[in-house]
Amino acid sequence: MRIKFVDLGFKKAVTLMALGVTALACLLVYNMAVYAIPAIHKFGPRFLFTSTWDPVKEIFGALPFIYGTIVSSMLALIIAVPVSLGIAVYLAELAPLKIRQPLSFMIELLAAIPSVVYGLWGIFVLAPFLRNFIQPFLSKYFGFLPIFQGEFYGVGMLTAGIILSIMIIPTISSISREVFLTVPFTQREVASALGATRWEAIRLGVLGYARPGVLGAVILGLGRALGETMAVTMVIGNRPEASVSLFAPSYTMASVIANEFTEATGNLYLSALIEIGLILFFVTLLLNIAARALIWKVSNKVKTV
Amino acid sequence: MTTYKKRKIIDKTMCSIAFLCAFLTLVPLISIFGYVISKGITSINLDFFIHLPRPVGEPGGGMSNAIAGSFILIGLSCLWAVPVGILGGVFLSEFGNNKIGATVRFIVDVLNGVPSIVIGIFAYTLFVLPMKSFSAISGAFALGVIMIPTIMRTSEEMLRMVPGTLREAALALGISQFRTTISIVLKTALPGVVTGILLAVARIAGETAPLLFTAFGNRFWHQNLNQPIAALPLQIFAYAISPFDDWHRQAWAGAFVLIVMVFLISLISRFALRRKI
Repeated sequence: MRIKFVDLGFKKAVTLMALGVTALACLLVYNMAVYAIPAIHKFGPRFLFTSTWDPVKEIFGALPFIYGTIVSSMLALIIAVPVSLGIAVYLAELAPLKIRQPLSFMIELLAAIPSVVYGLWGIFVLAPFLRNFIQPFLSKYFGFLPIFQGEFYGVGMLTAGIILSIMIIPTISSISREVFLTVPFTQREVASALGATRWEAIRLGVLGYARPGVLGAVILGLGRALGETMAVTMVIGNRPEASVSLFAPSYTMASVIANEFTEATGNLYLSALIEIGLILFFVTLLLNIAARALIWKVSNKVKTV
Repeated sequence: MTTYKKRKIIDKTMCSIAFLCAFLTLVPLISIFGYVISKGITSINLDFFIHLPRPVGEPGGGMSNAIAGSFILIGLSCLWAVPVGILGGVFLSEFGNNKIGATVRFIVDVLNGVPSIVIGIFAYTLFVLPMKSFSAISGAFALGVIMIPTIMRTSEEMLRMVPGTLREAALALGISQFRTTISIVLKTALPGVVTGILLAVARIAGETAPLLFTAFGNRFWHQNLNQPIAALPLQIFAYAISPFDDWHRQAWAGAFVLIVMVFLISLISRFALRRKI
């Protein structure tokens, strides 16, 4: 009798704990929504499409930050996706067995570096390097493109994009590699038996098969890039202007929260910043759900084959 | 040129590109470690560990309060996140094969993907606004929320790896399910569970964004947990964006200490995992 009582209590206690975590997540959404309501009421959808950010007159439009977040994340993806796929192909298919483990360990080390250290490195190493070597080069040979025009500050959109790409490469490459490894070996054998070269076997047999999983990895990487705060805040230059040039300083949603939250004096100001956080939350939420569904689809396909 | 030759060339090029991608990625890794180690070691001294920050413009001083603050914050967040995470993991593995379990698992995964700055806002609305002060407690709350998903999911995975026969054997001996789970299943999976905790600690040790408006930072020794508290990542951030050379030097030293801390924790967790079951 006593045992039954204790067991029942134990089950109830752990269930309560798990439901508590669920409640915590709900409270997060609820709390942020409550504090964002004044800004949502005042500005409505205009908040997303206007670019005046004036704390003194209490007029807030988040467009420059949304623009900065989208462009810096896209830039990061443009750099990180091909490189990560190369890494994943090399680690899963081509590399000598002996170096696979140490090499993938080293690439995953990149994920363990705190983002404030990335920022420090970005300010003092990457930004001067870009200002002195890469930006003059780009503007000399590709200066006819509007994205490579303007002053060389070092800090700016380009620097933020590059730092973000370094930070999301471990995410994309390690998940893609795992997806590649779940592709049945017969896929490669069939292609090789039909006379395909090594690359053709990978392209036809592995990449095609793994496409949804790779897409999932890319979306997870994008989710990380959108929410990354410290490294970007330290190198993007923090100027709320949407500029076509990648050399120009910009601002992102996460970095405006990081920089202005403690200075937000008025209720409406605070509310506008929390609304930006709420948007960030919902976007990363949707991305995470989509990514999980895609990765799940590939690993499930393998099980049923 | 024959198609065969062309295909051969494409094959060689693509394979070399893949190789290049893998090794090019090591360049930033080596650069970051090279700078942090070389600049960190030359900037670090005993003062750094035992002194408080000096006033603006005065060279010297250290980050003793920030290092202590980081440890206090990590300890406080473990204090509530570890029990919640482990018990939540017990629920998922022992009682979670149903709709409630699937829902909790989904929500925890979602929580894991929430940007850390958003969790900072959450802690701000929950603690800082009602208490009308930045505080160590709010910082520890934010860090704990970040830890819970990692601890919960690794605990679940590790507990699931314990063979079902072990549970059955214990239950057949008339031991209550409570004792079976705590003294047998959890004990068997303990090294794995500890690894999960250490991974979570390694992650929050470097977190800065959620502390900006919760723990806030403090240039002195903290007085109590209702007051702002210094943290190593916050101090590195503040010094890195300052215009003073001596503060830049200390930022590098701080980064060195932080990286050594994070990697020591990761290293220990690897050893803990190796000894599992």
